[in-house]
Amino acid sequence: MTPHHRIIPDRLQSPATRALRSWEAILVAVAIAVFVTNSFASPYFLNVWNLSDATFNFTEKALIAFAMAMLIIAGDIDLSVASIIALSSTAMGVAMAAGADTPVLVLIGIGTGLLCGAINGALVAGLGLPSIVVTIGTMSLFRGVAYIILGDKAFTGYPASFKFFGQGYVWWVISFELALFAAMAVVYYVLLHRTSFGRAVFAIGNNATAAQFSGIRVARVRFILFLLTGVMSGIAAVCLTSRLGSTRPSIATGWELEIVTMVVLGGVSILGGAGSVAGVFLAALIMGMVTFGFGLLNVPGIVMSIFLGVLLIVVIALPRLLRRG
Amino acid sequence: MNPVLSLRGISKSFPGVKALSEVQLDLYAGQVTALIGENGAGKSTIVKVLTGVYQPDAGNITIDGAEVHFPTAQAASKAGVTAIHQETVLFDELTVAENIWLGHAPRTRFGLIDRRAMRDGALRLLEGIGATLNPDLRLRDLGIASKHLVAIARALSIDARVVIMDEPTAALSYKEIHELYELVEKLKAQGKAILFISHKFDEIFRIADRYTVFRDGQFVGQGDMGDVSENDLVQMMVGRSVDQIFPARHRNIGAPVLTVAGYSHPTEFADIGFTLHRGEILGFYGLVGAGRSEVMQSLFGITKPSKGATRIDDQVRVIRSTSEAIAAGIVYVPEDRGKQGAVKGLPIFQNVTLPSLSRTSRAGFLRLAEEFKLARDYTGRLDLRAASLDQDVGLLSGGNQQKVVIAKWLATQPRVIILDEPTKGIDIGSKAAVHEFMAELAAQGLAVIMVSSEIPEILGMSDRVIVMREGRIVDEVAGDRMTPETLVRAAAGLAVAA
Amino acid sequence: MSLLKSREALLALAILLLIGVVAARFPAFVRPANLANVLNDTSPLIILAIGQMIVILTKCIDLSVAANLALCGMVAALMNGAGVPLPLILMGVVALGAGLGAVNGVLVWKLGIPSIVVTLGTMTIFRGTIFLITDGKWVNAHQMSDGFKALPRTVLLGLPVMSWMAIALIILFTVVLTRTALGRSFYAVGGNPHAAVYAGINVGRTQFSAFVISGALAGLAGYLWVARYAVAYVDIAGGFELDVVAACVIGGVAIAGGAGTVAGAVLGALFLGVIKNALPVVGISPFWQMAISGAAIVLAVTFNATQARAPGRIILKSAEAR
Repeated sequence: MTPHHRIIPDRLQSPATRALRSWEAILVAVAIAVFVTNSFASPYFLNVWNLSDATFNFTEKALIAFAMAMLIIAGDIDLSVASIIALSSTAMGVAMAAGADTPVLVLIGIGTGLLCGAINGALVAGLGLPSIVVTIGTMSLFRGVAYIILGDKAFTGYPASFKFFGQGYVWWVISFELALFAAMAVVYYVLLHRTSFGRAVFAIGNNATAAQFSGIRVARVRFILFLLTGVMSGIAAVCLTSRLGSTRPSIATGWELEIVTMVVLGGVSILGGAGSVAGVFLAALIMGMVTFGFGLLNVPGIVMSIFLGVLLIVVIALPRLLRRG
Repeated sequence: MNPVLSLRGISKSFPGVKALSEVQLDLYAGQVTALIGENGAGKSTIVKVLTGVYQPDAGNITIDGAEVHFPTAQAASKAGVTAIHQETVLFDELTVAENIWLGHAPRTRFGLIDRRAMRDGALRLLEGIGATLNPDLRLRDLGIASKHLVAIARALSIDARVVIMDEPTAALSYKEIHELYELVEKLKAQGKAILFISHKFDEIFRIADRYTVFRDGQFVGQGDMGDVSENDLVQMMVGRSVDQIFPARHRNIGAPVLTVAGYSHPTEFADIGFTLHRGEILGFYGLVGAGRSEVMQSLFGITKPSKGATRIDDQVRVIRSTSEAIAAGIVYVPEDRGKQGAVKGLPIFQNVTLPSLSRTSRAGFLRLAEEFKLARDYTGRLDLRAASLDQDVGLLSGGNQQKVVIAKWLATQPRVIILDEPTKGIDIGSKAAVHEFMAELAAQGLAVIMVSSEIPEILGMSDRVIVMREGRIVDEVAGDRMTPETLVRAAAGLAVAA
Repeated sequence: MSLLKSREALLALAILLLIGVVAARFPAFVRPANLANVLNDTSPLIILAIGQMIVILTKCIDLSVAANLALCGMVAALMNGAGVPLPLILMGVVALGAGLGAVNGVLVWKLGIPSIVVTLGTMTIFRGTIFLITDGKWVNAHQMSDGFKALPRTVLLGLPVMSWMAIALIILFTVVLTRTALGRSFYAVGGNPHAAVYAGINVGRTQFSAFVISGALAGLAGYLWVARYAVAYVDIAGGFELDVVAACVIGGVAIAGGAGTVAGAVLGALFLGVIKNALPVVGISPFWQMAISGAAIVLAVTFNATQARAPGRIILKSAEAR
């Protein structure tokens, strides 16, 4: 061996070049395209209040999508998130009926989410069960408990001060939910891309065994990720319940699929190991604007869901088709 | 004599890599041809071409002089070419008989699988190779050696004329290996043409009749085993004369670092005790499956021992997780680099810093500049070859991946480094670099444990050798007793020569 | 072998126990007519669970089965409205279901997209398509011909035709899975895809076949569902895909692929069916059903995992044995 040591450069591409060639760059282009199309398609689109209203159709889902993205990057999935919303909302309803005030309601909503996340986490990370099956089970279990409590009834009559989380505005057209969405985007960006916890998430998603052999407490990280998803579902439950002003056990039905779609559309690999918060953020904006645009054109929601289904398959199929060609 | 199967001018490229370049290969009836080459020489690609998994870009395959094409694995199997792989060929949920007949099961007149014919056929084939296995057992209830027999019965079931054995003895015990050799003799006697891929020279010289050598995807030479020496083959493999020279050691053995006593596990090992000193390289020798890796992984916090104590610098340390091991200064370079070593998908620098994040980060927040600095330092010391430090580690060669894994551990500044088969499957150049580096580490006062099944390596590098057999330490060898014969006899459970 | 067998035996025992407990208080529950009714009520779930089991065997999952069922059911109702004869309708829905399954299969096979993503997408597309072709309108009982509605309910030898269809499919697929090359290749592909290639099995095409089978069964179930309940609209069988997966998991089908039996999937479906039918009898609100099946899934997967846990390497034992 020659003692001559080659110098290996840190990077071949500058971070800027890398960003330009990324999935996120495509999403930015799509977002601009959707924005422009919408503004031509409807005269009502370019109105700040309309735009502000439109953000409600994605902020709650996006809150969960950030945590779900981390979970999927680590190689797991949580299909019970919408059911956690139902159970959290029901728990808040029960507390409200017992006379609890707003701060207690919020604590109970988030606490229920935390508890549900802990159950999922204990089953998956603690007992080593496959997350997809466990959360299909707890998906029925959590919403099932909400049905046991509520049946076909509903809780209504939340206190006036509780309305703030889903209906209040922080400043001008910026709703509380929109501000929370923006704040969480920053928090999750830092957590995933700027902390050693986030690095552990990527390591586990790429090779959990090697991560364990590198001194990472794999089970603990996975457990925390389920806790985060649970807490975010609890927060979303507070916002959604506040916005609707009522709780039914069927609340947020089918959201888990929209949230997973949002995450995958945002460039997170469903097989784990890759993804970014920026991508999920952009995917949330795109899905929100498309929904809003379709709404302005009086296109029914179900057609919108077809569009999202096609979009989901196309965005994943396209790179694979291009690679072959 | 004409070959049963001939390959001529076979080329195969993948994006960015020319895996095979106009190679040739001849297999003869009733003879074992050893295919020899370093990792990356193109051995596994040629197996995939022969079994119809890959289509060659150029060249032709002839059987009995007639040109054939294998567009699918099925076609290769119909033409009588079959492969037996290490562990991956079989199906745990299917029965022995189903494993033998999958893909070509006898049918009843209604087109359904004829289970009776399948069972009878399986019994006949198993008897033919001297195996007594119940054909109705599920594969997952069998041991690895029995699975091998099933794989061979499967090869016979398609009336194969060409049998490819890809490192068949890699996971077998001493006794099982000898049973396998007998089987190979039986297959030879039945007139099968056998392609035998192995890294073990003693094995090649024992059972092969002919050899073919590949290097970097190219054909180098072929001939009769009787006409070559071990050194000739090594020269052909590496393209230069390489005597296995081990680095000169400046022995400077210091105070005890790690003391293990009465260390036991319910099923894997019992009553393990030894002392490791500063500056020492302690070799662990034994047959595959003797429990060496299991002991090391337990010391590293992967599995819990049932009994026993570990002392580091005379302080008792209980290690329940890998992070506790690292904190105690014990690190482990695993044998299975792909699964346990490198995190493929993450860049090189992130692999290096993974166990050191608490040092390169502040309050949990990453500092990329610190990470690059650490990675640059340690990969530089190991002479890593890579395009950049943010390159995916999965794109590196096996030897360079191993350097990244070692760099990762050195960056934690350990007291004890355990290397489990550190040079297995890496090219001879990288091997020498790893050996040299180990010597350097020991000279700097690190305590090194090296698990190895290669006798020259273990004798060339170690200060002392512990021999394990069936989960127990059976001998400790130092000084004049460090001879190949002592190690082999102890590992095989033979009486120690007086 | 004995392990798998005993798992199914255990499940059968659990079902009998459940029936026994209910019968102890409410003997009417075990009247043959009532048990036949439970079987009949569970038939669509059984049919879909068989298809789902085959898909799961190959390491995939089909979340679009319920949407497929709903779309095929609607098409059956529309064909009936257009005066198409019943045999043609039956062939039509099976073909349509198989075609929809083939769409899933092609995306998995040719593009290598993970099945969970594919079927998550097609599930919304299939349901959305119902809306597109009907504009959200319902097809009600009075818009269906008597023959169309009567077939699943016609009683032959003491059981309705729908039950007989489920029984026929159980037998057919038991034979297919245990006695045909395709059937065994489902196990091979899921158990060891890498090795399956060497055994001459095309992994992608086998997965494709599994999706086609699952789709065809969903198509048939679509007709049965719409004819039996005499109504078709966008949301029929909403969320039913989860019950189907639940039946498989409870029946011991390994979500990682390669292990499972028709008997297991059928027993899993029957377990859920018995619970659903027993709840009103014992006076528990039907709102309990969802939570109970959720708890059953969690218990079943925990149980399966502890059963399947690989024993550690045994090195010492051999030393003691000599």
